Formats: sequence, structure tokens, C-alpha cells
Amino acid sequence: MMYTEKVIEEFTNPENVGELADADAVGEAGSPTCGDIMKIYLKVEDDRITDARFQTFGCAAAIASSSMATRMILGMTVTEAWNLSNVDVVDALGGLPEPKVHCSLLARDAIRAAIDDLRNRQGLEPLERESGGCCCGEGGCCVRPENG
Amino acid sequence: MNDLAERPVYMDHAATTFMKPEVVAAMAPYLSEHFGNPSSLYRFAAGSRSGVETARGQVAAAVGATPAEIFFTAGGTEADNWAIKGAAFANQERGNHIVTSAIEHHAVLHTCEWLERQGFSVTYLPVDEFGRVEPVAVEAAITDATILVSVMTANNEIGTIQPVAEIGRVAHEHGALFHTDAVQAIGAVPIDVERMNIDLLSLSGHKFYGPKGTGALYIRQGTRVETLIHGGGQEQGRRAGTENVPGIVGLGRAIELATADIEGHNRRIAAMRDRLVRGVIGSIPDCRLNGHPTERLANNANFSFRYVEGESILLLLDGRGICASTGSACSSGSSEPSHVLLATGLSHEEAHGSLRLTLGDANTVDDVDYVLDVLPEVIGRLRRISPLTPPCARVPEAE
Repeated sequence: MMYTEKVIEEFTNPENVGELADADAVGEAGSPTCGDIMKIYLKVEDDRITDARFQTFGCAAAIASSSMATRMILGMTVTEAWNLSNVDVVDALGGLPEPKVHCSLLARDAIRAAIDDLRNRQGLEPLERESGGCCCGEGGCCVRPENG
Repeated sequence: MNDLAERPVYMDHAATTFMKPEVVAAMAPYLSEHFGNPSSLYRFAAGSRSGVETARGQVAAAVGATPAEIFFTAGGTEADNWAIKGAAFANQERGNHIVTSAIEHHAVLHTCEWLERQGFSVTYLPVDEFGRVEPVAVEAAITDATILVSVMTANNEIGTIQPVAEIGRVAHEHGALFHTDAVQAIGAVPIDVERMNIDLLSLSGHKFYGPKGTGALYIRQGTRVETLIHGGGQEQGRRAGTENVPGIVGLGRAIELATADIEGHNRRIAAMRDRLVRGVIGSIPDCRLNGHPTERLANNANFSFRYVEGESILLLLDGRGICASTGSACSSGSSEPSHVLLATGLSHEEAHGSLRLTLGDANTVDDVDYVLDVLPEVIGRLRRISPLTPPCARVPEAE
């Protein structure tokens, strides 16, 4: 199993690491049991994402896709960010080894959790979410936050 | 500092070792002029035959056996499969129960799981927080149907050395055979199959500076073990297939070298390992040494670093020229982290944050100091990214 140079570069020098004290939305996905957790902080102005920061506990694929996903959603509308698929992130990374593709779901799930948090703060219903991209094949070890 | 262009700092000797020049030299003639089939009758083949028999003697001497009790295999995994399946099927009229431990190598565990599907019953003994199997627990698990006890000599991940002599005695007192997977132990734990009550012992060449794809099974004289590989009459008719002559010759030379001065070797390696452990524990907060504080392989250091994941550690170390390994699931693409670390009671997070450094003959104190330079930086960097890191453990980036 080999990572592309792009993945290694993104993992070694990730962008947008950290917290946003005045975030408009915060989302989290994953669990320590799975071995990956991502927390994302968003600033949203006029329905556009103006700032995004993340913290990730996980493997190189999880960290690289966290960094790449936060870079990609900057400037997107909330709806566009919601629709960012993990395939887009994987493509932007120049591909991930097959057993690692699920790690890119972490970023998508965290972004969606944050958007639901935003909607919740705006008094809106959460959007329909697919079940997450937990690394655990069986046993359901991941307890995901219901509403971000 | 390490010059990457020169060589990486290789600290993954539990995964595999380089071949010693003496081993390569011993093998060389068998890769060229001595190509004869050891089973052939003409005089030309005698060179190959005597190479194999010399190696058999070397292996026998290393474990306190007679040459006729040594059978060459294609590696440690085959030896484990043969020992366990062979003993199970050859003794099934006496019973169908096997006792093993929760921290065995997958070559043992998956073999036992397969035997369960064939109608055998297996007890997987738990271990204590240091990864030790209690002989009293073995005794308690043995029933009238127990035909085999299999407990490894030393663990590959955390290095814990098991009380095999006692476990073997317990097995024998109850009429069961005793198998031990000694793959990690050769060259680090002195082996005497008589004194240690061992009936079956697996070993693997590439773990002690020998060639890959070579191994051996010791079968005590008179022990009933079914044949696994059927075909020609090689290995006293018990393991078919033309011998891997150069590999066997290399394994023989390697085991001779590895067991010539175990005590001196351990002293030298353990001094470096202890320097490494002291340095890591002293410079990185929220980390622990996994495995036994004293009853462990001289070359093994296994740590858990909280708030970070092992594969990330590995890749950052790799970027700095250090080769190591982890029990985190994310390095293997499987869903569960190391069964060994979980069996010692570690949380998933701690198991995911594990790092194994295993030293070897080419390592120097400079290598250790280089790792001690790099590792705190690597852990600090990942902790700055992790949402699990409490503010007090968040080291600011060095200027």
C-alpha cells in the first residue's frame, strides 16, 4: 500500500489546522475506537464558507483528506460544501490506496455535521445524512453525534 | 544526525532482518556450483545434501535437539500450521481440545480458528497487563480432551517472554503436547527443548539475519504429527518438496551466529533499547511502554502515545529516514487495532497510538539518539493537529 506524493505532501504539511474560537458551526465525525476523529470549525457569511479549520486524530489519509477538504470548501456555498463528495477529495489528492478510501469519508461526515450544527443554530431542521464512513466494518463501534 | 543518503535508521527487526554477510557467503556456493538435488544419487549431489545436513545439525544444536528432530519448512507460518494442524489431526482420537493464548501470531490464531471450523475446540487464554500467560491459567483450561497447548516463546509486538518451561511442564503433566512459536525468540532467548518441555517448536530464518522463505519445525522424537505437505520423500517423508538448499544453508549459518553468544548480544542490544525507552518516556508526556518491564525481548520497545495515531507517526518517521511499525489498524486497512495490545487491556485509542521500535545488530547508539531527536518532534506535530490533545499536552511548534 503506497500513498501518492500528493497525499504525503498534504499530510506532512496540512493547511487549516486548528480551531476557530468564533466559529459559526462546529462538526465532528469518527471515534477513538475507529482510530479517526475529525473536528471542523466553519465561519459562514452570506451562506458562503469564509473560513475553515480542522483538528484530526487519524492516519495519514484522514489528515490529508481533512486538509484537502477544508481547502476545497473555502468559498463554497453551504449547499456546495454539503455536496462535496469524498470522491472529489480523493481525486484532489491524486487517489488513495483502496483500503484507505473510507478514511476520506471522515471529512465529508464532519463537514455535514458542521452544516447541521449551522442549521440547528439557525433554527432549521438537520438535513438527511447517510450513515457515516466509519472504518469499522462490523460491530458498529462508531457512535456518531446525531446532530453535529 | 542521520544521513538519509547513507542508510535509513532501521528499527523494525521484528518485521525482518538484513542477512549477515557470513550468511550470504555461506549461501553463495549453493546458488551456483552446488545446484544438485539433495535426493539425487550421483556424487555431484552430495554437496547439496551435505549442505542441508550441516544446517540441520546447526539448527538442532541451537535448540538442544537431535538433527533427526529438525524439519525444514518454507517459513515460520508453515511451521506453525504444520505443528498445530498436524498435532490436532494426529491426536484427534485422544481429544479435540487445544489451549492457546489471545496474543499469538496470526499464523497460530488463524490456524486454530480454522481448526474450530473442522470440529476442534480452542481455548484462547487471556493475558495480564504485561502480556504474560499464567501457567496456572493454562492448567485451569486443560480438560480431559486437551491434546495440545500452544504458547509463543516471546511476543512479536510487545516482546513479552512467556514462562514456556512451566507451561510445557503443565501441558505434559496433563498428557498434552506443547508447541511454542519461537519465531521472535531465536537468538534472544536461550532455547533448550528438553529443559523447556517443548515437543514442537517453530522458527523462521529471516528473523535472525537469515534468508526469507526459510523456517524449521522441531518435532520431538516420537511425537505424532500428521503430514501437511504431501509429495516426495524429503524430510524423512514428512515434508515433501525439493529442499530450498541455499535457504536452508543460510538459515543454518544464521542460527549458529545468532545463538553463539545470546547473553552478550542481549546485553549490547538491551543497553541501546533501555537508552531509547528512558529517552522517550523522559521527553514525551502521556506515553507508556507496552509489554513487560523486565521479561521482554532485549531489542523490543513498544510505546503508546495518547491523542495520535500510529500510521501517522510511522509516515512522519519514514520522512525522516526511520523505519518502525505500529499496531494501529490504519496501517493494515483492517478494522481492529492490534489484538495483542487490546488483550493487555489497552483502550482502542492507546492501541491506535502504538509504535514498535525493534533494534538489531546494525543499530548504533547514534541511531537511538537520532530517534530520540526526531520522535518528540513528530509526536508534538501530530498532537498539534489532534482534537483529542488536551491544551496542557499541546507543545507549541519549535521556532
